[in-house]
Amino acid sequence: MTRALVSLLLATSAALALAQGAIAADGQTKTTAIVNAHVYTMNEAFELPSGDILIQNGKIAAVGPHLAIPKDATVIDAQGAIVTPGLIAANTQLGIVEVEGVENTNDSATASDALSAAFDVQYAVNSDSLVIPIIRRTGVTDAVATPTLLSERRHPRKDMLFAGQSAVFTLAGISPVERAKAAMVLDMGEQGAGAAGGGRGAEFVLLRAMFDDVRHFAKNRAAYERNQTPVYSLSHEDLEALISVVEGREPLMVSVHRAADILQVLKLAKEEHLKIILEGAEEAWRLAPEIAAAGVPVVLDEEADRPSSFETLGASLENAARLNAAGVKIALESPRLFTGGRTPRFAAGRAVAHGLPYGAALVALTISPAEIWGVSDHLGSIAPGKDANLVIWNGDPLETSTAPTLVMIKGKAQSLRSRDLDLRDKYLQAGADPHPAYP
Amino acid sequence: MLARRLICLCAGVALLLLAGCETAGGPAKVEATPIAAAKPAKALPPGLDPFANPDPFPSTYRPLPSKPMAIINAHILTAAGPEITDGVVLMANGKITAVGVGLAVPEGAVVIDAKGEWVTPGLIDPHSHLGVYASPEVEAQSDGNEATDPNTAQVWAEHSVWPQDPQFTRALAGGVTTLEILPGSANLFGGRSVVLKNVLATTVQGMKFPGAPYDLKMACGENPKRVYGSRGRSPSTLMGNVAGYRAGWINARDYLRRWDDYHDKIAKGEKAEPPKRDLQLDTLAGVLKGEIRIQNHCYRADEMAQMIDISHEFGFHIAAFHHASESYKIAALLAKEGICSVTWTQWFGFKMESIDGIEENVAMLDHAGACATLSSDDADLIQHLNQEAGLAMAAGNRAGLKVDRPEAIKWITLNPAKALGIDAKTGSLEPGKMADVVVWTRDPFSVYALADKVYIDGALAYDLKDPKLHPKTDFELGLPSQGALQ
Repeated sequence: MTRALVSLLLATSAALALAQGAIAADGQTKTTAIVNAHVYTMNEAFELPSGDILIQNGKIAAVGPHLAIPKDATVIDAQGAIVTPGLIAANTQLGIVEVEGVENTNDSATASDALSAAFDVQYAVNSDSLVIPIIRRTGVTDAVATPTLLSERRHPRKDMLFAGQSAVFTLAGISPVERAKAAMVLDMGEQGAGAAGGGRGAEFVLLRAMFDDVRHFAKNRAAYERNQTPVYSLSHEDLEALISVVEGREPLMVSVHRAADILQVLKLAKEEHLKIILEGAEEAWRLAPEIAAAGVPVVLDEEADRPSSFETLGASLENAARLNAAGVKIALESPRLFTGGRTPRFAAGRAVAHGLPYGAALVALTISPAEIWGVSDHLGSIAPGKDANLVIWNGDPLETSTAPTLVMIKGKAQSLRSRDLDLRDKYLQAGADPHPAYP
Repeated sequence: MLARRLICLCAGVALLLLAGCETAGGPAKVEATPIAAAKPAKALPPGLDPFANPDPFPSTYRPLPSKPMAIINAHILTAAGPEITDGVVLMANGKITAVGVGLAVPEGAVVIDAKGEWVTPGLIDPHSHLGVYASPEVEAQSDGNEATDPNTAQVWAEHSVWPQDPQFTRALAGGVTTLEILPGSANLFGGRSVVLKNVLATTVQGMKFPGAPYDLKMACGENPKRVYGSRGRSPSTLMGNVAGYRAGWINARDYLRRWDDYHDKIAKGEKAEPPKRDLQLDTLAGVLKGEIRIQNHCYRADEMAQMIDISHEFGFHIAAFHHASESYKIAALLAKEGICSVTWTQWFGFKMESIDGIEENVAMLDHAGACATLSSDDADLIQHLNQEAGLAMAAGNRAGLKVDRPEAIKWITLNPAKALGIDAKTGSLEPGKMADVVVWTRDPFSVYALADKVYIDGALAYDLKDPKLHPKTDFELGLPSQGALQ
């Protein structure tokens, strides 16, 4: 696993040009070239031990060995350092929760009895979150903000199985949402059974009834407006939100854990023609061939190896490796709130230690989440036409000692400062007493 | 597994069994001050004299059988000196006997060739809730917080520990050989904690670290005032917290005075009525007598400084601040007071009092000469504390603090042993110490490192490559097989 760890020196002028979007005096967009890089493209070429990347208008223009570099290009010599696509933080609450323990800053869930499936986090993403720069400087350029199902609603109703809809957003700019309604989030298993009033027998039956209602509603909108439809189990908003799910256009991300439940969910998805994502799925490794055959991706928590409930008795650190070996597409979940870990990349490193091939670990942090949440047309790999969301690393991206030397989003170099570094420097520079009492 | 326990903070207490202090069976004070004329003092009925038996739940831990052993060709971090390349660790009778280069392997010793591997002391987690918040995380096994009163100094975490918690064996696979189990942080005074050897046993007594001091868990900040304030009780504010601590210490001083008066009178042959024993005050009095150490959950620098003032007011010492997100702001004060910080590298921002947590905390403390340690407070993080140290080392180096591996390894070995008062027995690879040793597949600070072999008191307790040495708790028997990756 030893990799060439050549330090990268960014020319100040290049960094400045990047920060300004590399607009030349004549108004033409200049080319930025990253040369002499160890590129992981994440597509067919996959690994270029010595490659160049051309960037124009915030997009990748070309990638390959020995590209012709335009004369006026801003050139960054990576000196052999590894370059990957920006990491995609799968399934987090970044941007929608600022301080978990401060309720007013938490937009990840609703306790309202008016909304379930229609709850939509796209409206909550806060581009000014102080957490975003901290996570961005670990090499994350994009994140999937995912709602959670509250276990206790103020006025529980049995139709409240859905946590709401995810959004993919980029960690730069004031209007960062890349894809709203990227997935509908549904909790099954113990949590879902609880929401359904208790009992898995209730949650599956209720769910099928809801899907029937949504289909009926979609076909009978006019009658609904005239109050000539049967009474549906869902609100108007929730019915609307679920149409794209029952039509298989929006993935349904199902939080589910034990093997028996995973099988039930696969069966349900097949019968209802749903496009699903399995989340959590601690016992998925026991059904790896079935999941692979169904073409269903899995978003998993690498750390989940404990029998933390009676539905995760088979949890294993080898879940990722075994699913990958069976051909299942996996994404590695990030720390939900980034408060117990600041990046998804060490989970990937540990998965490698437990048998996941190195390349597969990078895939699980980049192109797989892009595909799972429907943004692979412009994110997740280094290929012409895609957004220039790139990271240059000073070592192996999965190692504890490594940090990015450049994080680029849509062709612009991002600041690698954040509030925690300001605190660090204040107290480092001040020594024993940074507030000498204003003498 | 979406929801992590947000705020389970710990507390704990370990009884310092000071050498020459009481032995089971008799009031030591009387023995220590013989008065010729006095009649022999009649012992109080069993259980009524708090000082008669300071160890009513004695450790029954016995090391697993071991043979003399030599780990050779190893890259060694001793936590007590420079890095040793191509060195030898010798162990016999459960103890380290020698560490160095080119040592002769004693005849009959089992030789472990650690070529390409690294050796460190066993990891010590000074802040854990394994056993008291066990897996499965069901209500029936949520035994970490006696959240019924702001002062529950009378409870002992060991009475909540479930020895069959499958989290213990997972921590073992992460190289953890010793851990302190604390009560939660709902209360100002949470109760006593217990130091355990990470071995399977049917009883908690079978896990108890022989001779480890007890600690008292205290908690600053948001948790106590939230828990009790929300019930319309004091404390509901930080100032309420402080009033609560001081009231507790006043009672403890008074209790100690009453017992001292009683013992003085008895020693002089006078008649005296003994105070009624009070378990809560026993623990607080133990702190004032210097026998029980304080492990204090406290995030903010300003609150830590106030706790230090309280310790001066009543005359006790705080062993460590836990979580201690802002310790770096008062590193010099902590160094001067000799107080350890038990913190994390990456955790921050989950509540207001943790928003100033930075990755450089331990490196900055270390740089200022203060005792710095990492801990998990978490059943997942405890499985890779070595990486948490690697991340802290990297952050320190990026800040220009020049942290090397021999220093960083102390954050998860010797320094937590100091925080717990067991550093004379374990925490570094030095002759005479317990042979608590981990052989790592590679540089332990790497994300790819796994514990290959874990020795506890010289006995092989875990072996990565030998499924027979992947111990299973009773709870795990019959669970869906995890098999081996082919």
